[in-house]
Amino acid sequence: MTLWLWLLLSCVLAYAWKLLGYLVPAAWLKNPRISRVAGVMTIGLLASLTVVNAVASGQALVLDARVGALAAAALALLLRAPFLVVVLAGAGAAAGLRLLGWG
Amino acid sequence: MRTALTPAVRIGLSISVATGLYGISFGALSVASGLDFWQTMALSLLLFSGGSQFAFIGVVAGGGSGLAAMGAATLLGMRNGIYGMQLNALLQPKGWRRFAAAQVTIDESTATSTGQTDPDEQRRGFWTAGVGVFVLWNIFTAVGALAGSALGDPKQWGLDGAAVAAFLGLLWPRLKGREPVAIAVVCALATVLAVPLVPAGVPILVAALVAAVFGWFSSGPRDEGLEPDVDPYPGGEHGRGRNAGAATGEGA
Repeated sequence: MTLWLWLLLSCVLAYAWKLLGYLVPAAWLKNPRISRVAGVMTIGLLASLTVVNAVASGQALVLDARVGALAAAALALLLRAPFLVVVLAGAGAAAGLRLLGWG
Repeated sequence: MRTALTPAVRIGLSISVATGLYGISFGALSVASGLDFWQTMALSLLLFSGGSQFAFIGVVAGGGSGLAAMGAATLLGMRNGIYGMQLNALLQPKGWRRFAAAQVTIDESTATSTGQTDPDEQRRGFWTAGVGVFVLWNIFTAVGALAGSALGDPKQWGLDGAAVAAFLGLLWPRLKGREPVAIAVVCALATVLAVPLVPAGVPILVAALVAAVFGWFSSGPRDEGLEPDVDPYPGGEHGRGRNAGAATGEGA
């Protein structure tokens, strides 16, 4: 039940960000620091989420089939595959490696 | 009411299909991470921002707390505020439209709109992509969530690997040039160092702090990291300020 609470709060905060943009004075847009922080943080968060999902298991670092998924996804992206194909490559690599008995 | 398919409308529709389709992967991964069908739908209907939605379920899947999931999703949503500022200056929506515009202010609708030069086209592009992605993203989230719950053991299907791939896929279009790659590497290292030291979910917030400090004290392109996951203008035509000349999915 508490997950619902955090989830709905996240929705409220997400909308608050969006609406805030429409309500602040236009002059704020001229401050490059704000958009720098937003952009750099987007890169940092996505990099971090990639790593956490690839090698973290609770508080432990483990190498398992997910590393294979990371490699397969990178390869698909290098070959300019669309997003869904990239996701399927990741799933296929992880599932395949597990069939072979690893991770 | 003119119904002609102007260039902005056509691009808005194609970006809606491309983005909406990968709502399937969000829906499937969300139920695999332990959320139920309605929690999954609440994220797509109410939070409606792909990166933040994936962040929320990514933290939950990794055993993080609801608070940490909210933190990651909210920090990732900050860029939508920047988009709101840009779109407000561009489209100046009034009354109820402003509140509707806010909800569909995401990477794709912003990119479709700012890629146009004519004010009417900017408006059409924004609404077509915004509403189009919203409708299709929610339909395909439902499809993915129903399919995901029917799959059984998510690990057997490699869904944890699919999550890894999804995050790399979201990061990839933002790695244009040496600096964003350096930011990504530093934040990835900070995460690895933090994992054994702090509770699950918190390493992501540590990386966000590192990135925020770097962004605050460094100078560089102000639109860095503010690229859409699916670029509506892959050829870089339309003389866009950002992304100009960069092809979709082009890495560093």
